[in-house]
Amino acid sequence: MAVLPILTYPDPRLQRVAEPVIDFGQNFQTLVDDLLATLRVSAHGVGMAATQVGVLQRLVIVDVSSKANIKHHGLQVLVNPEILDWQGFASGREGCLSVPDYIGTVIRAKKIQLKAQDRHGQWREYAMEGYEARAVQHEIDHLDGKLFLDRLVSKKRDLMLRQFI
Amino acid sequence: MKHWYMLTLVGKDQPNIVAHTTRLLYQAGCRLGEANMNRLGGSFTVMLMVEKTLPKTALKALLQPVVERFNLSLHVVVIEGDLHQHQIPNICVRVHGADRAGIVAQVTSALAQKGFNILELCSDVGGSQEQPFYILQIEGVATAPLEELQQALADLRDVQVEISAIDACIM
Ligand SMILES: [Zn+2]
Repeated sequence: MAVLPILTYPDPRLQRVAEPVIDFGQNFQTLVDDLLATLRVSAHGVGMAATQVGVLQRLVIVDVSSKANIKHHGLQVLVNPEILDWQGFASGREGCLSVPDYIGTVIRAKKIQLKAQDRHGQWREYAMEGYEARAVQHEIDHLDGKLFLDRLVSKKRDLMLRQFI
Repeated sequence: MKHWYMLTLVGKDQPNIVAHTTRLLYQAGCRLGEANMNRLGGSFTVMLMVEKTLPKTALKALLQPVVERFNLSLHVVVIEGDLHQHQIPNICVRVHGADRAGIVAQVTSALAQKGFNILELCSDVGGSQEQPFYILQIEGVATAPLEELQQALADLRDVQVEISAIDACIM
């Protein structure tokens, strides 16, 4: 297992769209292990996409278990993830290992229904909410070449939303 | 380390103030740092960090056309600060209720007594002329636990108070 260097904005590779994973062989297994090792040593990171280490494959990992009092599925390796359904909207703060020293407010779906393969290619479905759902939406954005910087909203708008919705 | 001016422009809100100001600065070779613009009650204010490459008098003279054209007041000071010196808030306080005098003063005093440092505050009046309501949103840094802050605001019985932790996830 190797800890890989994380690309940081404005590296153009962060804005490219990742390809579906087809081959779940040894090379892919090594990539999964390396990504896990890289997340483990990153301070406070709750998720990571392969795009962030310069590999354009549709692979993300999330682990929000360090947050207290929330629902979660523990550490998950999500391959070729696809959001099937969204429910509700909530604004929240996000930071990104690829955008150091910047925190912004982003609106995400509160609950999602997700379909993804595990590291061996087995399809699974998940119902996720709160932080875990937010993290997965953030990571899937990475696979589509998007950063949370593309989705920032102002806090004043947040106040208006609370007032009128 | 770079040295910066903090430039503040205040006046009646009109379109294109920021565009004119920043164009004059850009044409004179000035570099901008961070900026923050606000509009409130038909008034406008913008704070701009401008890199200290000109003497203060020259910077003021440079902006004179925009000051005259839009009837603005201009304030320029040298600041100690630098870029990326944001304090990150960890607590958000939201208050709403029927509008009355003293809500802001009572809330902020109670928080101040608990050592709460306000980083951002904005408020709005909604509702009708006959039944106005007041909304106040504060973000800041607190070392006191959430329960203690809740306790400090518990005496304000005629308004709804919601205090929550702001935590950012790094993803
Ligand atoms: Zn990220």
